[in-house]
Amino acid sequence: MTQTLLPSAAPSPRAPRLGVMRRLIRNPLFSVPAAVLLLIVLAAIFADLIAPMSPTTANLSAVNIAPGGEYLLGGDGAGRDVLSRLIFAGRLTLLGSATTVGVAIALGVTAGLIAGYVGGWFDQIGGWVANLLIVLPGTIVLVALFAVVGPNVILTMVILGFMMAPNFFRVVRNQVIAVKNELYVDAARVSGLSNGRIIARHILSVIRAPIIILGASVGGAAIVVQAGLEFLGLGDPSTPTWGGMLLDAFNNLYVGPHLMWPPGIMIGITAISLLLIANAVRDALAGTDRSSRRPRRRTAISPVTGAPRSTAPTAVLPAAAGQPEPLASTAAISTLDAPAILKDTAEHGVLEISNLKVAYATGREETEVVHGVSLTLERGTILGLVGESGSGKTQIALSTLGLLPAGGAVTGGSIRINGREIVGERERVLSELRGKTIGYIPQEPMSNLDPSFTIGSQLVEPMRLRGDLSKAAAKARALELLDRVGIVDPARVFKSYPHQISGGMAQRVLIAGAVACEPELLIADEPTTALDVTVQAEILELIRDLQRERNLSVLIVTHNFGVVADLCDSVAVMRSGEIVEHGSVADIFARPRHEYTRLLLGSGLENAPIRTLAAAPASSSTVSEES
Amino acid sequence: MTAPLLSVTGLNVDYRTGRRRSFRALTDINIEIAPGETLGLVGESGSGKTTLGRAVLGLAPVSAGSIQFAGNEIGQPSPAQRRKLSRDLQVVFQDPYTSLNPAMRVGDILAEPLRAQGVSRAQARDRVAGLLGEVNLPADAADRFASEFSGGQRQRVAIARALAIQPRLIVCDEPVSALDLTTQARVLDLFAEIQDRTGVAYLFVSHDLAVIRAISHRVAVMYRGAIVEQGPTERVTEHPTHPYTQTLLAASPVPDPERQRERRLARLALAASA
Repeated sequence: MTQTLLPSAAPSPRAPRLGVMRRLIRNPLFSVPAAVLLLIVLAAIFADLIAPMSPTTANLSAVNIAPGGEYLLGGDGAGRDVLSRLIFAGRLTLLGSATTVGVAIALGVTAGLIAGYVGGWFDQIGGWVANLLIVLPGTIVLVALFAVVGPNVILTMVILGFMMAPNFFRVVRNQVIAVKNELYVDAARVSGLSNGRIIARHILSVIRAPIIILGASVGGAAIVVQAGLEFLGLGDPSTPTWGGMLLDAFNNLYVGPHLMWPPGIMIGITAISLLLIANAVRDALAGTDRSSRRPRRRTAISPVTGAPRSTAPTAVLPAAAGQPEPLASTAAISTLDAPAILKDTAEHGVLEISNLKVAYATGREETEVVHGVSLTLERGTILGLVGESGSGKTQIALSTLGLLPAGGAVTGGSIRINGREIVGERERVLSELRGKTIGYIPQEPMSNLDPSFTIGSQLVEPMRLRGDLSKAAAKARALELLDRVGIVDPARVFKSYPHQISGGMAQRVLIAGAVACEPELLIADEPTTALDVTVQAEILELIRDLQRERNLSVLIVTHNFGVVADLCDSVAVMRSGEIVEHGSVADIFARPRHEYTRLLLGSGLENAPIRTLAAAPASSSTVSEES
Repeated sequence: MTAPLLSVTGLNVDYRTGRRRSFRALTDINIEIAPGETLGLVGESGSGKTTLGRAVLGLAPVSAGSIQFAGNEIGQPSPAQRRKLSRDLQVVFQDPYTSLNPAMRVGDILAEPLRAQGVSRAQARDRVAGLLGEVNLPADAADRFASEFSGGQRQRVAIARALAIQPRLIVCDEPVSALDLTTQARVLDLFAEIQDRTGVAYLFVSHDLAVIRAISHRVAVMYRGAIVEQGPTERVTEHPTHPYTQTLLAASPVPDPERQRERRLARLALAASA
């Protein structure tokens, strides 16, 4: 339920397909190489019109002459005009490259579609052939085949196309397999679309982009390979090509070194243009892919330390003392029964947020997602922060942890924990606070456990970093905690990897981690949303027990009023980055004052009337058709 | 009159997990749905409720038993059968973010099932405009991409797609689970309103007992691939007889502190006695 309120969650104002074209044309890394390539292609096509001379006319007086005068780029070893040859040579070179790309796409895409969509033996054999072709060194095969094929550029490039086809085969096959299992393809199947139509409509539209990208890079590679072969003398000497010109230049290296430049530069520019175009297309499409998807949750967070995974362990070493000691006992007694929100006590709340503002940078603009929120969590109480997706409730929890995702920042207000300001505090201090003072229970237990380490090591490691425990002591404590959170066989779970335990168990493990270092404040972000209701009830029970046992203060973010009713002492209702109403649970449920709270409570289905079939006994076999 | 629209008897579904091993996802399922009726299918993750929905749609490997739709066997449909069947049988999936092709315009998404049934392009366009009205979306939605809409709006598009060819049964696989509370209530109202108006039947799959209770005429409770209890909504959701249904009911929190306290104590008592 909780999605981070990233600005990208807003519907993109323009249709993505148009957006891609426009973005591409605006991007100089696309428009410049595209224009250059277009120029080269046009020059090759209209070579007869623009070339100053015939590419084959030899003039003895022009042999190896330097650029200038009538011969703009000089004359080659046989006295032919370099510029004219350069223009005409584009024809065979580009045609050869296009042949390779065409053959590779025709073969690779067709085979990839069948292999991906149908699978089975075709997929297996296709994979075999593709692997075989990929391990063959292409250029060497072509050199060897010259003996058979002879100086036929197009045939050589067709063979190169065969050798390149596996690249397309693999990309297309993998994409098709990914798309095939998308729900919209299932929906199309249920709609009665034939396989051919499903491929044409749903699958080709997805694989189109990678084909374009791969095609451009293969085209560039083909030009280089072709030039290489011709340079080795394995080309067709009767037709000018850039590679052939290079060979001629090489033969006259000492008398006409300038001959090396024109074909070399052309080969380079063309290949680079193709690669730049491929890159730009990929970047442009990557942008739309993101916006068409549901924004995924932010980075995984280490279960116990609450630190982002990327943080090196050394960064979370216990810092020197200097943290003000909370007036724990007095505060606990005086506020135990008070509603958490009321701010009339002179004592500090465990957590005091005032006028908090959170904003995300999008390009040059900032989008504010939390607009000045104030709330206080009193010691030993549970505060529910409730709202719909995008209301900003998770942003508040993450701000408190100092873990806003990239691009997000607290832009105003203050967050005090035990009276100590944490906004603007250094990362080292924050990271010590997390784990020692604040425990964190995340929404998705599975994605918050590292699959490559055992549960035990993920519990023990942070305890050793924080609590100066010996390895044996930390292990004993971890086992004790696992037992405390209701895990039946702690020793077995301790040795297990995350994939070997259920989601409910994983959440218990994370709760064990969250309370491992005896925090005073527990922040739970939709702790039961990903769980089944029967498991949810048990986890809520566990949080309740731990809270009582350790006199914890808990901030629980949820969208579920049932969870609030079950667990919380007080509740704050959020909408669009603001708190619209807060108070004790008994008050809010009995007398919601704000219209939005009433709307939310009224949307609950628990009291909905049970539907009846008009004129129908609802027992199974005798239902009337009337409705 | 009395013939059920859909009748599933003795259904088993096995997924192959290896060369010789397989996993039984459904065991001996028997359900019936009458025209115009909603059968709610409730269960937790892994209970097989989604698999049953997919089996009815012909998207799951049926290994035993029969699925009959209006008297015809539809367990493993051929592509031709499937095309014929799709006129009567449609689907709304859970995730409105992946069930609509992000690269297609809403108008094309809605026209697709119509075109597959051989409706002409012009007729399809008219029908699409009508469909958008039926699910309370603006008419200009047809020219926009699915990715431009919110979750609730996307689910309306998915419902419109299912309604396009006026089916007799729609399999609804957790269609409101990904939606916010207020949106959820509105989309459920839309489902009910469409049913009352068109007489379509629903096989409505959800993990949420409250949702199932609000939309269903009858409820079947699934647990570990089998149906443990089945009957009229009121009896199953308020006076369940099977221990699992009782557990499920007691575990669903109610948004009322007093009633939730009672329910919680009842749950603890139930757990203690088990």
